[in-house]
Amino acid sequence: MATDTNGKHTDDLVLPTYARDDTSHPALHTPEYRSTALRNPQRPLHLLPQNLTEVTGPLLGHERVGEHDHDLTVQHEGEPLGERIVVSGRVLDSDGRPVPDTLVEVWQANAAGRYRHSGDRHPAPLDPNFSGVGRCMTDEQGRYRFVTIKPGAYPWRNHDNAWRPAHIHFSLFGRAFTQRLITQMYFPGDPLFFQDPIFQSVRDPKARERMICRFDLDSTIPEWALAYHFDIVLRGSRATPFENEDDDDDD
Amino acid sequence: MTNSPRARSQPTLGTTPSQTVGPFFALPEGLPWPDGPELVTEDTPHAFVLRGQLVDGAGDPVPDGLIEIWQADERGRFAHPDDPRGTTTSFRGFGRCATDQQGRFWFRTVRPGGLPTPRGEWEAPHIDVTVLARGMLNRLVTRIYFPDETRANAADPVLEAVEERRRKTLLAEHDDTGFRFDIRLQGDDETVFFVL
Ligand SMILES: [Fe+2]
Repeated sequence: MATDTNGKHTDDLVLPTYARDDTSHPALHTPEYRSTALRNPQRPLHLLPQNLTEVTGPLLGHERVGEHDHDLTVQHEGEPLGERIVVSGRVLDSDGRPVPDTLVEVWQANAAGRYRHSGDRHPAPLDPNFSGVGRCMTDEQGRYRFVTIKPGAYPWRNHDNAWRPAHIHFSLFGRAFTQRLITQMYFPGDPLFFQDPIFQSVRDPKARERMICRFDLDSTIPEWALAYHFDIVLRGSRATPFENEDDDDDD
Repeated sequence: MTNSPRARSQPTLGTTPSQTVGPFFALPEGLPWPDGPELVTEDTPHAFVLRGQLVDGAGDPVPDGLIEIWQADERGRFAHPDDPRGTTTSFRGFGRCATDQQGRFWFRTVRPGGLPTPRGEWEAPHIDVTVLARGMLNRLVTRIYFPDETRANAADPVLEAVEERRRKTLLAEHDDTGFRFDIRLQGDDETVFFVL
């Protein structure tokens, strides 16, 4: 890259800049969630500038998505037990722009609150017709859609008589390493919210609400399935030339 | 700390909060992919295996973690439209590996090229890492650098901003099959983690 006599670069490598959104997120150290104790760094985090590696990211495509991956109710011989639901929405960035062609991955417990995972010791039945894993790509409007069954709540050992509210785990890539997000979608009015340290780890009540889907009458399938709407918002970017280079310099 | 340019406008929508990946992401057909750790095939020239272990604050292995990496190809290129230098590679650049009972993970990859920054600097070859696990309410981000890139590392703006004593936590070590990079979540040699 060329530089002029003042040491400033002359041909611009213009990259998008992703807005910080720290206030949306839980603290890594959240004592009420006991497992954070040995898994949160004790030293201050360093600021990583958003350079080429950070503003790019894996553009995983349709090769990751099988024909039935978006419909968790048709992945086996028979139908899973439970309340059939459609979960759909959009993946947007914080500028309100849709995030198209991005991989959305979900995983969840079955209707009885049991995961098909060897580590899940909850004495609730497995469902031979339910794997609890889904994948799809967003369309050009950022829309995604899954058909599944409503997951059950399940107990865990964080505190006395602890139960996780019903939830579906979501994994999102967006288009940049900066946008990677793992979250959980909750259901409206769940009576278990008050005692769940994972849900409560998001301190801002408005941010918390952004993890709760809403009942979506328009997307229901009459005489077949109820529906919920869940929009996911990733960090937004603007291609910003560095016009304030002087006051932004290290010194 | 290194400055980073800030977006000029206020975001209009609040972002969705992060939540833990939890203990069950590795259910059958779940997040781990069969080819997840292999960014390149075994017969790729210059391919090596990068191994490591994820360790918690008690020094115990983390057996339910998920490590993801993202990197440029050997020429420092990304298959991505936001790379203004153009898209001249088909390199996947992404790997994903769940940790095993001993907290171990591995990837097969190649060494990425160095990268220009918008500020006219050069970043030494590096791999961006996301660490996810039960007990972590947000992802952790770190970077892997290569121990034999002495000159490039010395000029790297990200390494330079890290106090010298802790820089070594960002350097992989040579081993039999390639490189080793352990990730320590806490302790005297806690890995340097980043916000971005
Ligand atoms: Fe869960």
